Formats: sequence, C-alpha cells, structure tokens
Amino acid sequence: MMPHLPKTRFPSPYDVRPPPGAEGWEKLYPYFLTFQPSMRELDEGKFWFCDGQHWPNVFRPFETITVEFACKCLGQYNTRHLLVPSANGVEYRILNGYCYMSPVAVDPSQIEARMPHFIERAGCYFQNWDRLLENWNRKVRSTIAELEAIAFKPLPPVVPIEDVRGGVGLDPTFELLANYDRAIQGVYRQWQYHFEFLNLGYAAYLDFFNYCKQAFPDIADQAIAKMVQGIDMELFRPDEQLKALAKRAIELGISEEISQGSAQSVFETLRASEAGRSWLVAWETAQEPWFNFTSGNGFYASDKYWIEHPGIPLGYVRDYVVRLLRGETIDRDVAAVRAERDRITVEYGESLDEEARAVFEAKLELARQVYPYVENHNFYIEHWSMSIFWRKMRELSRVLQREGFWADAEDMFYISRDELRQVLFDYASVWAVGVKPVGPSYWPAEIARRRKIVQALSSVRPQPALNQPPLVITEPFTIMLWGITSERINAWLGGGGKSDILNGMPASPGTVEGLARVVSTTDDLDLLQEGEILVATVIAPSWGPVFGKIRATVTDIGGMMSHAAIVCREYGLPAVTGTGSATSRIKTGQRIRVNGTSGEVTLIQ
Amino acid sequence: MVQYTFAFDQCDSVDPQQLGGKCAGLVALTAAGIPVPPGFAVTSQAYAEFLAVDGLDCRLESLLRRLGSTDLRGAEAVSAEMRSAILEQMLPPDVEAAIRVAFAQLAAHCGGEVPVAVRSSATAEDLPDASFAGQQDTYLWVCGVDAVLQGVRRCWASLFNARAIIYRANHGITQRDVFMAVGVQKMVNARVAGVAMTLDPGNGDRSKIVVDANWGVGELVVSGEITPDNYVVDKVMLTPVRCRIAEKRKMLVPDREARRLTRRIVPPAQRAVPCLTPDELVTVARLAKAAERHYRTPQDIEWAIDADLPAGDNVVLLQSRPETVWSRKSPPAPAGSAHGHGVSSIAATLIAPLTR
Repeated sequence: MMPHLPKTRFPSPYDVRPPPGAEGWEKLYPYFLTFQPSMRELDEGKFWFCDGQHWPNVFRPFETITVEFACKCLGQYNTRHLLVPSANGVEYRILNGYCYMSPVAVDPSQIEARMPHFIERAGCYFQNWDRLLENWNRKVRSTIAELEAIAFKPLPPVVPIEDVRGGVGLDPTFELLANYDRAIQGVYRQWQYHFEFLNLGYAAYLDFFNYCKQAFPDIADQAIAKMVQGIDMELFRPDEQLKALAKRAIELGISEEISQGSAQSVFETLRASEAGRSWLVAWETAQEPWFNFTSGNGFYASDKYWIEHPGIPLGYVRDYVVRLLRGETIDRDVAAVRAERDRITVEYGESLDEEARAVFEAKLELARQVYPYVENHNFYIEHWSMSIFWRKMRELSRVLQREGFWADAEDMFYISRDELRQVLFDYASVWAVGVKPVGPSYWPAEIARRRKIVQALSSVRPQPALNQPPLVITEPFTIMLWGITSERINAWLGGGGKSDILNGMPASPGTVEGLARVVSTTDDLDLLQEGEILVATVIAPSWGPVFGKIRATVTDIGGMMSHAAIVCREYGLPAVTGTGSATSRIKTGQRIRVNGTSGEVTLIQ
Repeated sequence: MVQYTFAFDQCDSVDPQQLGGKCAGLVALTAAGIPVPPGFAVTSQAYAEFLAVDGLDCRLESLLRRLGSTDLRGAEAVSAEMRSAILEQMLPPDVEAAIRVAFAQLAAHCGGEVPVAVRSSATAEDLPDASFAGQQDTYLWVCGVDAVLQGVRRCWASLFNARAIIYRANHGITQRDVFMAVGVQKMVNARVAGVAMTLDPGNGDRSKIVVDANWGVGELVVSGEITPDNYVVDKVMLTPVRCRIAEKRKMLVPDREARRLTRRIVPPAQRAVPCLTPDELVTVARLAKAAERHYRTPQDIEWAIDADLPAGDNVVLLQSRPETVWSRKSPPAPAGSAHGHGVSSIAATLIAPLTR
C-alpha cells in the first residue's frame, strides 16, 4: 500500500474536469471570466483560492455582475485611486461555476515610488474622514433614490398621444433601454462607492493589528478585534427593529395574533383591530430602510430580502416574542460590551511604557474612527442598494415573462446582463416593426439547457484552491479578509491533523459542546433548534436573529474579520471560521465541541 | 464583647494593631481577592489580657529588673525564666475558648482537622532586625488545638529572647510598649504548585503571565531541580496562549504523619499529564494578576492548589515578591512601522509582511 503523503499543490484549472452534464459550462460566462487555453502558462503560474466566503454557490449567468463589479471596484481603489504601495487588485475567474481569486502584488521595484502617492491620497481621506463620509452617505442615498425611482412597464400598444402632441419624437423603448442602463449604472456606481473607504478602513485596522502583534507577542486576533469593534452599528439596526417590534406586540397584547399563519393572513387579522393597526404602523416604519436586508449577502438574485419576504422578519419577531414571554432578555448588553472593550483597552495600554502607550492609543483612535465603515457600508450596498436592484430586475423579468420570453420570473437570471440588453432590443425592435419577438422561441429551451448545467455544477463542491501555493502567505488582506493562511492551505492539502479534529481560525472565544446543524441554504435556517451549533459554508451577518438561539458557529470559509466572526463576538458566541471542510465533515445531529479560543472543532461522535 | 480571634477573610475592618504586621498583610491580600491559605489571627488584645492573668505582667517586670547590664549571659538566664513563666501560664478562659472555636471553624472549612502553622505577628516595629524579637518565629505542622494553644504561648514567649530584652533595655522601651498577635494558618497540602510571573521573562512583555507548575509543593520548581510544565496566559483576556508540558518525574509532597515534606517519584501515567486544567491555569493567572494589581508592580509569586480546600477556593498565594529584572527597564519597543502613527505608518504596515 502506498503511504499517504500530503499533496503539495492543488490541481491546475486546466486539468479540472466539469462534472457530468456540465460540459460547455464556459459559454455561460463572459470570456474574460474563464481560464482561456491561450493563457495557460500565465494562469498556471498564479495561485488561486476559491472565494466561497462571498460566492459560495454556482453563479447563474446574470449573477456574475456582483463579482465583476465588486472585484473591479476593489481593484480600482488599490491600483488607481490610492496607489496602495504593496497591493493592486484581485484577479478573479470562474471555474466550474465557482469563483476563484488571486491577489495581485505590486512589483517590489515600484513599491517605493508609490509610497508618496499613497500617503498623499490616503491622507486626504484620513484627514477629512468624517466630512468625506458624510458626502459618501449623500452620494449613496441619492443613487438609492434613483434606483428606487426606476420602473419597468410593458410597452404600450401605441405611443401616447401626449408625446405626439408634444413632439417628443422618442418611443417608450427608449425609456425602457435607458432604465435598464440606469439600473446597471446605478449599481456600478454603488460598487465603486462601496470600496471608496473600505480598503482604508482595513488598512488602518491592519496598522493597529500589526502594532499589537509586535507589542504583545501572541496576542489573540480576537482581542485586537474587540478593542476596535464598533458598538452601535447600523448593521445591527434591522435586528434591533425586530426586537422592538416583539416588545411592542406584547405591549399591545397582540402576541397571540402574530404567533401563526402567513405574513399576509397575520396582517389581515391585525388590520381589523386598533392595537393591530398601531403595530402595523410600527412595522411599516421599521421597514424603510431596515427591511432592505437580505438573509444572504446580496450577491445572488436568489437572495431573499425581508421587505419582499415579510415571513422571514415576522418569524424572527415570533421567536423574540416567545423568548420575551419566557422572561428572557433579548437585548444585546451594550453596556457590558462597552465596559469589556474599555477594560481590555486599558489593560493592554497599561502593559506598555508611556511612549509606546501614546502610539498604541493614537493607532487605536484612528482604527476606531474608520472601522465602523467597514461594517456599516454593508447595509448601504449589499443590503439596501442590492435589495432594490434585484427587486427592479425581477420587475423587468416579469414584463418579459408576460411577453413570453420565459416561463418564470427567475429564469431571466440564466442569461447574462449583456444578453439581457439584446433581449430588450429584441423586444423593442419587434414592438416597433409590429411582429412577434424572436426571444420566446429561443430562450425557454436555452434557459432549460443552462439550468441543467448549473444544476450539474452545483452538485459538486469546488476545489479549495488551484495551482502551486506560495511557501508562506504574508499578504495582509488575504489573511485578514479571507482567512487564507499557510496553515489553512496545508489543512486543505490534507497535511497533518487528526481525523476527528478540524482546525480553523479562532474567531470568537469560548468553548461549548452541542449538536450540530449543518445549514447549506438560508431556507435551512428554519430547521435550527434552540441550543444547536450552526455549521455553514459561510454565515451572513443578517442571520443575526438566529444568533440568539444557537450556542456556537463553525464555518468553512472566513477570517477574523469575516461577518460571522464579528457578529459572534458581538453575541458572545464561540466561533471557528475557515475550517475548509466543516460542512462536508460534520453531519447534522452530530455532537461536536467548538473551541473558539484555539480554533479547534472536535467531532465527538 | 471583645473578639480575640478573627478569620483572615472576616476582618478587613479590624485595627491592624490588633492583628500585627504578618496577619494584617494576609488579611489585606484576602480582602483584595488574593486568597492565602486560610487561618485566623489571635489578637494583641488577647495577649494583653493574658499578661494580666495572675499578675503575669508584674512577675515579668520583676524578672526584668534583675537585668543588670548588657551582659548577655545574665540576660539569657532572665530570658529563660521569663519565657518559662509565659509557657506555664494558663490562657484566660475567654481567649482559650475563642481559639478553640476558631480552630474548629478552620477544620470545618478544610473538611477535617488539618495541621497548621503558628506564626508570630508582632505589632511593635521596635527592632531594626525583626528576627531579634522573635517576629519570625514560626511553628510548622502543629496538630490539634492543645498544640495550637501552646504554639500561641511560644510565640508570645519569643518576645522575650535575650537580645530583644537587652535591646529594649538599652533603648528605654518597656515591655508594655510591645504587643504580639499570632497567626494560625493551614499548612498547605499542595496537590499542584509552582511559580508565576506577571510578565514574560523571555521578552519583558507585560501583557502575559507565565506559570510554571509541578505536582506536589513548589520547592522543586523554585529550586530549578526539575523541569516544570510551562504555561503562557494572556493577562488581559485570561486565555491560554501556549504551553509546554514537561515529563515530570519527581515531586515533593506533604507527609502528615512525619510532619515534613517527602520526595516521591511521579507515577508514570501522571508524568506527561498537564498538572493544571485550563480552569485552574486561569485561576492561577488571575491570582498573579490580582497580586500585581495589589502591589502596583510586576510580581513573582509562589502559589499552590490545596487538596483539602473546596474547588473554586483552593488556589492560594504563598508568597509574592516584586519582579526585578524587567520591571526596571522599559518593555522592548515594537519594531518597524510601530513608532509612528497616521498614514505613513499605515503605508509602512502595508508593505510589511504579516507574520503571525
């Protein structure tokens, strides 16, 4: 028998075969998103890791817009706006439907030359942080208003008489195409804004992080995170609205009325009573903007936003009502979190001499000033803006569905955004010519073919990485944001590690033992039982309300600063992130021990 | 009613003059959340009343008057008579009853009668070298309440050793100026013990606590005769950072019958086992941290886990001294980008590899 030797490299993307039934998957995506045979030598010389943290599922063709805009806009700030000395953007590709990334380092000979530019450009932001952030808020809200104003309507049989009288000289297809372009542009603009402050926020955090690692050797990452972490964050507001609604329901004596049935029937019942109506007013007030909140991460058209699926927030409100009636406290103990943060900060400061303490405090102050953005931007872009974008796209899809282009509103996402522009022109053109569109006889079969391919791709988990990994990973962002470290890579390669132990990032301290619940989609969240340990590929911050129910979390993917880590620290739950294989190694119902202090997950039975 | 004894954890409002230096120190530590081996103080008031019984103070005075000069041999004779007068004198009934009750309460706390140490705890700072006055007198492995009562008398008698009475005579200090409290403290029955420092002696990092531990009492750790388990704990978060578990072959354990410590071979199955559980480790670290806070400077402590005490109450401080090597210099300054702050420091950080 051959001895089992750990592998030293991952397969080449050119050698990875698609699963049966997925042949020809490449044509689903733009040419620049797939590994081109002509680029083999170049692309095999790079190390790629699967970014399942942000894109855990196979892309449907339209959905690549999120990775394209996100990675492009991330890159532009590093490479072109700020001239970050060490890092350009992150290259991205799709292989077998999954997303791979490869950070691009700056040629060492150019680092020095970029320094003064970075200092000047980043300095503008750091020195004017609050003013520029206010400006950011205005810009982002204005785009949100523009997106919200877009409406997709079927083309009328004739040009309205007013347009004829007014000598407009344009037809409604002009507005239709313009609206589509406006929607795409609007979301492109939001993704540019998304990264305007983000990289700087992380950079200031990293500076403080590095200082702590030098001043307090072996300090836990989570201790550093706790010192910086914001307390009253906008990202927590949606969850707080639900808690307030739960309390209000009890005050108004309507907890029974909301306790069962669909959201629609509950609302119906409530409208019949004074108390019910006043609760509905509270619900509607909370809704805008806080229910523009996804249970996913905003990157997929299938994300369910609360505002469109009121059953989701209502379900959370019910859980809170039950807990309140049991006499539990549902509020985060903000005072305790703050007191603990202050204690930790003071005590680490005290272990430094005066000079070092001054540096420590200055770095901490900057990190704390910029850090809330790192969390809060998420609400404005991934939640609020993307909620509107996906909603508007579905509105458009329904228009085309009525014209017979496809049978279901979800089908549109099987075509790319550039193909969709062609579809709209097809629709516009035949409307003008006065015949039937071609699309309805082309797309249904093509969409069915594509759906089969996506299903086939989804039946297999992605390779965690591709090609030869670097000897050591030292690139700060890769480590901090994606949790990709040399140890992680070795674990993926199967080197070492006992079979009943999984290792990951110690993301939130504490140890608990309990039964696992493996959750692969947001819909599975309903199955979670009180006191279980949540095991998932990746955890969205918007799963917030379930955090009151569970005892710990384990993820396949994610670093110290991943949303799961942040939320768990906030809720005081142990978390181990970035284990690589928790969802495939752990079974629902299995007893496991999660040590969020050491990063070890033990499979007990 | 006058109270003649005070348990260490029940007398933080008592006048330190009543407790003497030694006991007042133990009481202050206990009050600061730094548990020491449990015990009680016999107050200096008890001593004062003891002197009044049967004119003992007058007898001592008249013996003292025989002390002619600084002739040491003559003083030795006087001293011997004074001490035997004290040792033969019965205690006032109230004092004796109080000691019996306090001793019984200590036994109850320890799950049965345990050997104790009886230590003098003088109140007068009258001598440049305290040991002259018998202030250091300690009787170990004292078993049973009658032996304790005798131990208390012996501590009191030690006030009258020859050099002390000569010193006082030469400096015009009367015996009425000198009082002595006595401490009765449980002998530690260490299951695990060792030392802890409130900084990392390797690099001066004051955000760490380093703990060395071995089975049994800590002497072998202190003397460096064995390689102990070595643990590093984050002082702020009180979480373990790393540990090195040693092959522990020898231990020193209390032998109650022989009233001394005895050397044993560690059973093979126990040698490679960490001698502290994670919870115990954190409790030891907490103890060291509290000692540092109490003394306001990095400390080097000796601690033990007492097998006779209830869990949660069994980690005790034996000794705390200021750390002297690193405390005198500044902690090492972090390298690289660390000196500055603001955007240029951030730029420097970005080009530095992240090492973990």
